[in-house]
Amino acid sequence: MIWNEEMECMDPEKRKELQLERLKKVVKLAYDKVPFYHRKFDEIGLKVEDIQSLEDIQKIPFTTKDDLRAAYPFEMVAVPPEEIEEIHASSGTTGTATVTCYTKEDIDIWAEISARAIGMAEGEKRDKIQNCYGYGLFTGGFGIDHGARKFGAAVIPMSSGNTKRQLEIMRDFKPAILTCTPSYAMYLGEALEEEGYGPGDIHLKTGIFGAEMWTEEMRKRIENKLGIKALNIYGLTEIIGPGVSNECLERNGMHIQEDHFYPEIINPNTLEVLEDGQDGELVLTCLTKTGMPILRFRTRDITSLVHGKCKCGRTTVRMTRITGRTDDMMKIRGVMVFPSQIERGLLKVSKASPNYQIHVTRPDTLDEVEIKVEITPEMFSDEMKALDEIRYKIAKSISKEIALRVNVTLVEPGSLPRSEGKAVRVIDERNFK
Amino acid sequence: MVVKQISVFIENTEGSLKKAINAISNEKINIRALSIADGAEFGILRLIVTDNEKTKKILKNNGFILRENEVIVIGIPDEPNGLNTLLDILEGEKINLEYVYAFANNKTDEAVVVIKVEDYKKAKKLLKSHNANLFDENDIANL
Repeated sequence: MIWNEEMECMDPEKRKELQLERLKKVVKLAYDKVPFYHRKFDEIGLKVEDIQSLEDIQKIPFTTKDDLRAAYPFEMVAVPPEEIEEIHASSGTTGTATVTCYTKEDIDIWAEISARAIGMAEGEKRDKIQNCYGYGLFTGGFGIDHGARKFGAAVIPMSSGNTKRQLEIMRDFKPAILTCTPSYAMYLGEALEEEGYGPGDIHLKTGIFGAEMWTEEMRKRIENKLGIKALNIYGLTEIIGPGVSNECLERNGMHIQEDHFYPEIINPNTLEVLEDGQDGELVLTCLTKTGMPILRFRTRDITSLVHGKCKCGRTTVRMTRITGRTDDMMKIRGVMVFPSQIERGLLKVSKASPNYQIHVTRPDTLDEVEIKVEITPEMFSDEMKALDEIRYKIAKSISKEIALRVNVTLVEPGSLPRSEGKAVRVIDERNFK
Repeated sequence: MVVKQISVFIENTEGSLKKAINAISNEKINIRALSIADGAEFGILRLIVTDNEKTKKILKNNGFILRENEVIVIGIPDEPNGLNTLLDILEGEKINLEYVYAFANNKTDEAVVVIKVEDYKKAKKLLKSHNANLFDENDIANL
């Protein structure tokens, strides 16, 4: 179903008018209330009145993750403390955490876009949603929770972990929608099978999966294991949380909620704005958020935009699957490598488990890549020869994807670390100092 | 005349083997025979135990990846050339060995050999025709 037909199926020209009206308002708010933006505008002599068309947005300086870190914890807040209703923060695994403060209205926007995602996932008011995103500072759990409440569906607030219980609830409560990270969805599917059950024993119809990068191969596996349609959701704490964009049942790109977020794609090196269909870094501007207005945030996520009406009837612009991050792009022996390429190679070997970790080292002068893969029951054999064969097959398949020789190691299941349900994919131990 | 061996994936990290062995012995399961195939980063622990179902359950609960498969367990006279005679028989029919390990039987003078071959059925038939002393589950329990 389409949750908000007026906004999701709006005539694109009309939507541009709405976006411009909202952009002008948020620019004024940012300039007046956030010292960071005031300073940034003044530095280049930019005035609020200079923003007269959507193209004028390009005059506004970018906001980076480092800017937000420097503003830790509350420097970017545009409203008095009494208006803040909820606070979330990124995990801080790659540095100082970034904090987002929400007003009551901001929470309602978040609930609205999350409800739209549930609509895209064939949600109905009578449905139950098994929400296994972590509840806490991480935006995953609460984002879906707010949306489910607004939508009118029942939320089962499982949070992450305790797989045995998750499966029990999945069979007994008969939820129709599963929300978690794709790697956890895969894990649940495998665990279900291990317990001797299959898609016929559960009642899920769709899943909304995000918070980490995944591939089409992984989608197919999850869909088979759980008997569902697996949809990709995108969002980030700095902007609002999950739901900035979400796939409809067509599974052909994620519809960006354009009435709330204005997307641009830039070349991360030259910073010029790119055309439709060109891969580059996604830049997002929050058009309606008031607690912490964010202008032209460089997401570091690499994607491209597709305009035009979707088969589902929505007219919102779609963004393609994230294929990498400008900051997790690795240069190995001079070759650009993204973890998603390695994942694709790994999954092409049908027996390989999707749980993996990439270790890059430089023992002497040459880079070495080691892929640690958690072994699955299907992969295991009592013969060393067979295990070596599997390692060789995986290594060959990955080498084909990235044009570099890699070494594959099999490790015990569950031995690779996860943070907040997100898999830690890359460990770069090279010392460039 | 079927003996099933349990193989366990063991990472070459501190305490990994001990964890598996402890889990089994805590449940008072007797390990009759054991061998380890070791690679650079991981190994395969192969076990002949008295209670396969229980062993599998315990290991799974402890997060181990395992596999159960049929092996040939055979008693050979504990004397020079005991093993050679067996190998000659298999070689004569071009049956390839995947791996072999042996242990001594406390109750008789026999040595006990565990072998894994490519062609299990053919090997079994051949050994029977040579009146080899093939062990079954009961024999394992009584060792």
